[in-house]
Amino acid sequence: MSASHPDYRLSQLDQLEAESIHVFREVAAEFEKPVLMFSGGKDSIVMLRLAEKAFFPAKIPFPVLQVDTGYDFPEVLECRDEWVARLGLRLVVASVEEAIASGVVVDDGRTTRNRMQIGTLLHAIEEEGFTAAFGGGRRDEEKARAKERVYSHRDEFGQWDPKNQRPELWSLYNGRIHSGEHMRIFPLSNWTELDIWHYIDREQIFIPSIYFSHQRRVFERDGMLLTESEHNPLRAGETAEERTVRFRTVGDLTLTGCVESTASTTTEIIDEIAVARLTERGATRGDDRFSEAAMEDRKKEGYF
Amino acid sequence: MDLLRFATAGSVDDGKSTLIGRLLLDSKAIFEDQLAAVEATSQSKGYDYTDLALLTDGLRSEREQGITIDVAYRYFATPSRKFIIADTPGHVQYTRNMVTGASTADLGLVLVDARHGLSEQSRRHAVLLSLLRVPHLVLAVNKMDLVDYSQERFDEIKREFSAFATKLTIPDLAVIPISALKGDNVVTRSEAMPWYDGSSLLHHLENVHVASDRDLRDARFPVQYVVRPKSDDHHDYRGYAGQVAGGVFKPGDEVVVLPSGMTAKIAGIDLFDREVDEAFPPMSVTIRLDDELDVSRGDLIARPNNQPQVTQDIDAMVAWMSTTPLRPRQRLLVKHTTRTVKALVKELDYRLDVNTLHRDQETGELGVNEIGRVRLRTQQPLLVDPYSRNRTTGAFILIDEATGVTVGAGMIND
Repeated sequence: MSASHPDYRLSQLDQLEAESIHVFREVAAEFEKPVLMFSGGKDSIVMLRLAEKAFFPAKIPFPVLQVDTGYDFPEVLECRDEWVARLGLRLVVASVEEAIASGVVVDDGRTTRNRMQIGTLLHAIEEEGFTAAFGGGRRDEEKARAKERVYSHRDEFGQWDPKNQRPELWSLYNGRIHSGEHMRIFPLSNWTELDIWHYIDREQIFIPSIYFSHQRRVFERDGMLLTESEHNPLRAGETAEERTVRFRTVGDLTLTGCVESTASTTTEIIDEIAVARLTERGATRGDDRFSEAAMEDRKKEGYF
Repeated sequence: MDLLRFATAGSVDDGKSTLIGRLLLDSKAIFEDQLAAVEATSQSKGYDYTDLALLTDGLRSEREQGITIDVAYRYFATPSRKFIIADTPGHVQYTRNMVTGASTADLGLVLVDARHGLSEQSRRHAVLLSLLRVPHLVLAVNKMDLVDYSQERFDEIKREFSAFATKLTIPDLAVIPISALKGDNVVTRSEAMPWYDGSSLLHHLENVHVASDRDLRDARFPVQYVVRPKSDDHHDYRGYAGQVAGGVFKPGDEVVVLPSGMTAKIAGIDLFDREVDEAFPPMSVTIRLDDELDVSRGDLIARPNNQPQVTQDIDAMVAWMSTTPLRPRQRLLVKHTTRTVKALVKELDYRLDVNTLHRDQETGELGVNEIGRVRLRTQQPLLVDPYSRNRTTGAFILIDEATGVTVGAGMIND
């Protein structure tokens, strides 16, 4: 036994990293046309970092796909562009507004942009002929996700069948699909929110500034703090005021709430999360609040 | 901080969900909004208690039927360790889910009800954990509060289980008396059972030694992907990417590439942008060789004096997972490490009764959730070790070529 690793133990972050890198390489080797779904949020940035490591010194051998709701935070789009430029990647943007304009999805005035992403995404996957799409979903986020496989099969309608999933044993992933089907791949399945932050901290990973404490004009709706914006007009009785906040997740800005926080470094965020008493989705995501099975239903339809 | 994966088995009646709920609650892995949702649902169902099983039963059909169908993964951490729980259903019709959860587990946790003692189900769980070579087993004797914390009752169950376990391969066994509902011996030692001098369940989980369970003797590196940047900066770079499946690799080591049998020396081992002085399981690295050999995905790098078997004849225990039975003469795909090949089922030696360990040699097929000894002939050679020696190079999955579905899991015999 060598002196440097007297007991050959890996830290939990090193082990998670090694397992995720294994998944990236497996997919690149077995799928004809993979794509990485990149929102510009922290989880998809960690995915990109792991992909960078998996193929280094070669470039990441697949493009990235972003679903642009038209309601994205500008800081997130800036961060996205910087990552894409640094790694020299091809960026495919699937725009919800274009999808509405061309009739791919219908804006009936009641459906949220978040929900309209599903049709937009499936259309882009079909148009480009992607056979595998990496997503940043984690099993600790929500209990329907707790049962999802790392390789999650989608039929030709892009649907997930939770009752009929393929068994997934050891690290032997089964990537067989038929023409027209695709696989969603979740390399971060076993990471928790804290693992993500510890990794961002350790690797000094560049993420959008809105994850850190800043001043912002916000208003309260349904117990959430939402950002003041032209896309999100104030309703009767609502007033906006400036507060010191940060975001725990980033999505459609009309639905993504922030939390009051003075945490301005990754270390301070880790301390804050360690004592947090609400899940990141429960605290800040209007889209998960509608019912007990909100996530399961959206996932079946083809959500990330 | 390191990582422990454990699989739990047992039915709702054994109090498994209550136990997991308690571990998550006490380690603060459950948040207020999750607890509030569970409390609200419990209330709307008219229960007079908070049904912690609702925390883990994530699919709508499971909540409707009140049973756990699928493997659910749960996460919690204490200051010393991160834990991943593969929470599996206990019923016989979900054996395949239990096999799935156990395949990656370092430790298996089997629950029994102190009032009823060992059931057919708990015996089956122990057999499956043993078959999957899960190196550590904990038998948690639950509901001790309902037997007046009786040492006699506990000893009786422990004796009965130990006798049964001699027929199995269980390198490390701990038997712990608990009450998941009352919290006895779950996180802290119980004052109600002064006669018990072992550790609490959580203390045991935090301290069980798992690093040495990995195969550090047999150097095995299945090549997953060939890295060739062909860029100006790295014009001549050619690296073999993969995850170490066994042993320790170091720069300068003489290695053999299988199945070709060509030898070379390791020129360097890369982990992203830095070179490392050794690689061991489960590290994902890129190995460079000092010679330009023809190496591709599906090949395996080993040591010249310690090689896996190169064979087209596979003798394995197979857990069958499809409702269409396995039969001799059937054609399947085998995925073993990074190699996928066609295979023919040559023989079905016997079906193993996982309750009694009886070997039924008369059987002509393996049904869903059944386990049997199978001989396969593959179209190309595989590079294998016995599963008892290496859980990576000794394991494979079976895929139905027409449907693409995973229909079985195999463990190669010694």
